Amino acid sequence: MTEYLVRFIAGGVVVSAFAIFGDMLKPKSFAGLLGAAPSVALATLGIAVAQHGAQYAAAASWTMIYGAAALACYSLAVCHLLMRFRFTALPATIIAFVVWLVVAFALLAGFGGAA
Amino acid sequence: MPVQLSLSALKQTHWYEYGVRFLLGGTATVFAGIVSAQCGVAVGGLFLALPAIFCASATLIESHERRAKEKAGLSGRRRGQQAAALDAAGAGLGSIGLAAFAATFYALVATSVIGAFAVAILVWATVSVSAWWLRRKLRATSHRTHTER
Repeated sequence: MTEYLVRFIAGGVVVSAFAIFGDMLKPKSFAGLLGAAPSVALATLGIAVAQHGAQYAAAASWTMIYGAAALACYSLAVCHLLMRFRFTALPATIIAFVVWLVVAFALLAGFGGAA
Repeated sequence: MPVQLSLSALKQTHWYEYGVRFLLGGTATVFAGIVSAQCGVAVGGLFLALPAIFCASATLIESHERRAKEKAGLSGRRRGQQAAALDAAGAGLGSIGLAAFAATFYALVATSVIGAFAVAILVWATVSVSAWWLRRKLRATSHRTHTER
């Protein structure tokens, strides 16, 4: 239970810090870079190294590459839903989550985890 | 427009909007941990690049832009969508940096944990900013070519 509390606080703090920094930046496209900041990764990999060691964290970071590729597809899908199909932000970001799931798991199925 | 840092932009954000992002960030981190524990590290690793707070950020940007336009007596719906789309485009470029972060961490963590974190963060920032800058240059060049025609 304590582990999950630490995860929650660490994740919340790191994500909020990147989000606040992003709020202060202009133009919007540059601030958007912070939308793909490694915020969840920083909190999680730190705990993974402390709990399970470097090899475990390395294995997690390998499949994170697939997650990042899926995030690129997700962002593209959100852009299209907003500009071409004129969705508002909330439904666009929720619907596009399907794209993230499909791409991430397809890459994992295709290329597998770290050797 | 060059890159600017503005503290006044923080005044537009309500306190509960920070609370929502803290909550979503904390929940996403706990979720990534649970997935790793239940489904294995390979599946858990995917969720380190989860667009966890993206829906909150894009919705906030959209509503801030819409409010600003509506204050001026104009309909801000389209402007809000455009601002959120720009944010998403930035996140798309940032995801290249995120992949570079993960690859760097993977390569270095066996040598030095602190070094892996430090170098991976630097690589993330460098690759993300370079991707943004390159896209900006390419767009400017393509715009100039179209104008000259």
